[in-house]
Amino acid sequence: MHTMAEITTAKPLLPDGLVAIVKEDCPTCVLVAPVLADLADRASMTTITQDNAAFPQAADWVVHDHDLAYSWFHDIDTVPTLLRVVDGEPTERLEGWKRDDWEAFTGIDDLGADLPDWRPGCGSLSVDPNRVDELAVRFSGSTMRSRRVEIAALEDEWEALYDRDWSDGLPVVPPTEARVLRMLEGTTRANNEIVAVVPPDLADVNVEKIAINAVMAGCRPDYLPVVIAAVEAICTDDFNMHGVLATTMDVGPIIIVNGPIAREIGMNSGGNVLGQGNRANATIGRAVQLVVRNVGGGKPGGVDRSAHGSPHKIGLAFAEDEVGSPWTSLAESRGFDADQSTVTVWCGGGPQVFVDQLSRTPESLTKHFANSLKTNLAPKMAMMETLLVIGPEHMSRYRDAGWDRARFLAELDSHLQLDTDDLIRGADGIDEGLPEAFAGNTIGKFWPGGIHVVHAGGATGLFSMAFTGWVPPPKGSVCTTKEITR
Amino acid sequence: MTTVLDPTSESRPEQRELVPRPESLDGLTIGLLDISKPRGDVFLDRVEEKLTGLGASVTRFMKPTFAKPAPVDLRHEIATSCDAVIEALAD
Repeated sequence: MHTMAEITTAKPLLPDGLVAIVKEDCPTCVLVAPVLADLADRASMTTITQDNAAFPQAADWVVHDHDLAYSWFHDIDTVPTLLRVVDGEPTERLEGWKRDDWEAFTGIDDLGADLPDWRPGCGSLSVDPNRVDELAVRFSGSTMRSRRVEIAALEDEWEALYDRDWSDGLPVVPPTEARVLRMLEGTTRANNEIVAVVPPDLADVNVEKIAINAVMAGCRPDYLPVVIAAVEAICTDDFNMHGVLATTMDVGPIIIVNGPIAREIGMNSGGNVLGQGNRANATIGRAVQLVVRNVGGGKPGGVDRSAHGSPHKIGLAFAEDEVGSPWTSLAESRGFDADQSTVTVWCGGGPQVFVDQLSRTPESLTKHFANSLKTNLAPKMAMMETLLVIGPEHMSRYRDAGWDRARFLAELDSHLQLDTDDLIRGADGIDEGLPEAFAGNTIGKFWPGGIHVVHAGGATGLFSMAFTGWVPPPKGSVCTTKEITR
Repeated sequence: MTTVLDPTSESRPEQRELVPRPESLDGLTIGLLDISKPRGDVFLDRVEEKLTGLGASVTRFMKPTFAKPAPVDLRHEIATSCDAVIEALAD
C-alpha cells in the first residue's frame, strides 16, 4: 500500500496500465472487490481507493487517494471507474460494473463469474457535494487575491463578522474561499476584472470583491451577474451613488430586473413583489448595498447622512412581470430588447400604496392615480420624479381599453399640470413652496420623462404602488439601465 | 478555524498634516463655497460681511449641484487661490 504524507496541489500522474478507482462506501465496489484482486494478479492492475486505505485489501497494488487528487484531477465522477493509462494520463475509461465490458476493456476472460452481470456505480467522493467546493479551492490554483482573515476556533464566526463591522445589521454568511469560489462560477468574468469605482471612498471593485459581498448577502451564484451589473450601474456618474448615500433624504438604489434572467433565477414579480420571501429579490439588493458599505466605505453615520433612512435601504430588487403585461417593459421603454437581460437602477424613497377599487375605466383610474400622485413627496413639490408599480388588476383596465404605455403616460401627465399659485411659498398658509417668481403659471408635478412605470404585483388586489424620488436629473440621480452579461 | 476573505477595499486612508491655523484673518483670502442649496446665499452673504469686517478678503465659489461632490477642478482652484476655506452644509 502506498501513502503520501503531503497534500498535493499539482496534478498527479496515474500509474500506467490498467487502473480502477473505487471506494469502500459503494456496494458495487465491494461487489467487485474479488475482481480487483484477480486483475491485480492477472493484468497488473492498480486499484486507487478513495476512502479506506485498506480497501479492497492492504496490498502493494492498492494506492490510497488520501487527498482525492487522483480523482479530482482525472475527472472521476463514478466509482468504480476503470482507466487505461498511458504516460500517466487516462486514454479510455469505463464506469460501473458490466462483466462483458470489463472483459473487453481488460482483455481478461472469466471475470467475476459469481457476480451479477451488471450493477451501476456510485458517485465519486471527489464530486461529493460536501467536498467538491473544498477540493476546488485546494486544487484549482485559486487566483483569489483578497486578504485571508482567520477566525479563531473559539470565536463565533457569525459574531466575528459583526465585530469587523462588515454587516448591515443582519447576519452575513461567512465568505469562505469555498463559498466565494462557488459564487465566482456564476460569471464568466475574470475575478480580477475591475467592474467599477465605488463611492464614497472611490475604491476599485473587482468581480472577486463583489462575489465576496454576494456570498455575505446570501446570494446564489446565478444571481452574481445581476449583482455585478447593478454595482456597475449605481457607480456611474449619472446615478451618483455618492449623493444618493450622502443625502439627508430617505433614498436608496432600487433595482428593477428585466429580461430572461429574472425568470431563470426565480425572481419574484408577483405577489408580495416588494416584500420578503424570495431569495433573489431579498439578496441581490442587499449584496449591492454591502458592496457600497464594505468596498465603498459608505456607512450610516459616516457619508450616509440620511435623517430617517428607509426599510428598503437594506436592499431592494425586484423583477417586472413582463409575461402578464400588455405593455412594453421598462427596459424596452428604455431602448433595450425583450430578450436582453437588464438591471435598471433608480434612486427612490419608500413606496406608498395607491388604492382604487371602483374605477372601471382607464380614464377614471388614471385621473385618480394623478390626484394621488399630487402629494408625492409633498403637495407643493413640482418637477419631481417617481416610479409607479402598477398591479395586474389595475393593468387590466388598460389592457381591456387598449391603452399602451405612451397613452397612459400622456393622460396621466395631463392631470398632473399644477397651478403654481397653489404651490408658491405661503400659499394655503404653508411656508414651504416654490419661489414667488413661479406664480401665475402651470408646472408639471413630474419633469417630462420623470414617471417610470413597471408592471408587477399579485394577481388579486386593486392596488398599485408609487415611490417618491430624489433630486431629479441632471443635478441629482439619473435612472440608469445596464445589460447583464454572464 | 475558519478562513474568510476580506470584503473591504483593503485600502488605508492617507494621513496628511493640517496646514497651520492662521493667527488672524487680517489680509487673508477666505474661500466661501456655496453648495447650491436654496438660500445658502443668504447665509453666506452674512458670513462674507462678517469676514470682511475682520479684515479678510472673500472669494465666493459655487458647486454646480449640491447632490454631488465638488468637482476636482473647483477644489483645486479653491486650494490654490485661498489661504483658508469655510465649507458648510446647509438645508
